[in-house]
Amino acid sequence: MKCIVCVKQVPDTSGVVAVKEDGTMDRAAMATITNHDDLAAVEAALRIKDATGCKVVVISMGPPPAEGMLRELLAMGADEAVLVSAREFGGSDTYATSQILAAAIKKVGVDSDDIVFCGRQAIDGDTAQVGPQIAEKLNLPQVSYVAEIKVEDKAVTVKRLLEDGYMTIKVQTPCLLTCVKELNEARYMSVGGIMECYQKPLEVYNYETLKDDPLIDVDTIGLKGSPTNVYKSFSPPVKGAGMMMEGADKATVEKLVSILNDKHII
Amino acid sequence: MSTFNNTDLAAFKDVWVFCEQRQGVMMPTSYELISEGRKLADELGVELCGLLLGDNVEGLAKELGGYGADKVILCESPLLKEYTTDGYTKVICDVIEEYKPEIMLIGATNIGRDLGPRCAARLHTGLCADCTHLDVDMDIYRDFLRSASTLPEEKIAGLNSAMVLGQKHDVSRDLKMTRPAFGGHLMASIICPRFRPAMATVRPGVMKKAPFDQAKADACQIVKPNFSLTEADMSTQVVEVVKAAKKLVDLIGADVVVSVGRGISKDVQGGIKLAEELAEVLGGVVGGSRATIDSGWLSADHQVGQTGKTVHPKIYVALGISGAIQHKAGMQDSECIIAVNKNETAPIFEIADYGICGDLFKVTPMLIDAIKAAKAAK
Repeated sequence: MKCIVCVKQVPDTSGVVAVKEDGTMDRAAMATITNHDDLAAVEAALRIKDATGCKVVVISMGPPPAEGMLRELLAMGADEAVLVSAREFGGSDTYATSQILAAAIKKVGVDSDDIVFCGRQAIDGDTAQVGPQIAEKLNLPQVSYVAEIKVEDKAVTVKRLLEDGYMTIKVQTPCLLTCVKELNEARYMSVGGIMECYQKPLEVYNYETLKDDPLIDVDTIGLKGSPTNVYKSFSPPVKGAGMMMEGADKATVEKLVSILNDKHII
Repeated sequence: MSTFNNTDLAAFKDVWVFCEQRQGVMMPTSYELISEGRKLADELGVELCGLLLGDNVEGLAKELGGYGADKVILCESPLLKEYTTDGYTKVICDVIEEYKPEIMLIGATNIGRDLGPRCAARLHTGLCADCTHLDVDMDIYRDFLRSASTLPEEKIAGLNSAMVLGQKHDVSRDLKMTRPAFGGHLMASIICPRFRPAMATVRPGVMKKAPFDQAKADACQIVKPNFSLTEADMSTQVVEVVKAAKKLVDLIGADVVVSVGRGISKDVQGGIKLAEELAEVLGGVVGGSRATIDSGWLSADHQVGQTGKTVHPKIYVALGISGAIQHKAGMQDSECIIAVNKNETAPIFEIADYGICGDLFKVTPMLIDAIKAAKAAK
């Protein structure tokens, strides 16, 4: 058995969001982190490894600097890492991205008792589409919004969050699960792990590596393989600051209430 | 189906809305999307069709007509009683291949966000996630840009085509799907120019529900297509569905939301109680920032923000909320924002209509009294 985890390196949107002149985000100017939900997926896989001794493979598609993030995951306990990186893959929307990642996962190999993990969504795109689309391309059953996982032999029982409760779902391996941050608290890298992570295998899959897969076609990857196009991006107008009330006493509050009353807001 | 060619754009017609029901109860977002879909169908001059899957749910179908659906495609089977990705995807993709809608809208609920990408991947088409605004008609889209963007008029006026793979593409019949990116700092209008249907998941709560019209409900046509679904098509099994024990907090539908943030940390219970009292006098509900949910002070269904709920009430009161972009993304479209915060440089004051710099534990009780007095005087 093995766990394959798809991970994305994302700009830290909780910090400063740097925007370029043309309105696109200046990724180079921002700190990068491992996407939160993906980190939960890595931790879930590592816990299965703790219990069963299975192998954990982490995969990321991105530019060469994403290797640093993969090394961190190896230092946490993952066994192997794959960086999917090529100029041909650039400009991909979720459809094309899942096409490429599915091909990479096929190259790693999905056996009958394997589980593929993804995060629910990445904080930079917020689409939550890549996981289910990979599942479709690999013809695997999927469960998204996973907040609890129990693995017994080849059956996986998971708790799937709904807005107003949850569902318990039973699914057979091989399957794909997308995890939410609430699933667990990710472990730290260990000092030993950091020492070892440079000895662990890290492969780079480029266009040459994957091009023979039927999923990889000029019409299904990159800009050309993306069904969606950004038509126009723009900045919303900044709402002008409102009225700052003077003071914070009874008179201030009464003045505010009388304004609200006069404007029929209350 | 051999006749399905997703690039033959002319073969696709009509606007479809996936109408999500849970346990035989329609999700409110289905009515919002039907109402929005009506607008798009009118812009295109085509029919609006609801797509309803479930077991014994015919009673819900006519209701959809009351909000604007011309017809409802109804697929019933005991296997569709609970949502499963594989079962629903198979049936939906099969009927889409047969009927060929031009546009497919899905509510961005936890279920819709599971279903949408799976269907889009199977149909080989584009899906835009969590849209907050949809247009077809260019003039209406331009008016939207004039009010919602900082683009100069000459750029807006000149928008008629897009470059798609190096070729000029006329966008006048494309669905323009607008969504916030990066916590609302940037908006992007996405198109799906080469494939059909153009699919979008739409944020619950942002589209307005039309008034219900009984005559239209009576006129709504119900279509029951043939479809095949067997247990062999389904590899996930729903063991149980559990509703949260607590009453669902209806943040999205509320006219007034009183939210608390980290500012209540010195007296959490007291702070929540004050928010509840203020919400009660204003006739609203209590919400919270991510910090209050992560600290376990409020349950997750109270969360307002990028990863929580998007609200646009008439009045939003932010008590002790600093106003991080992740929070603002979920409430900045509220009609009137009132902020109380000790820190006068808190970013929440940048978007507040009225701000009071002070201790929420002192200000809120005075506010409650003053509002009570004002209401009593009416």
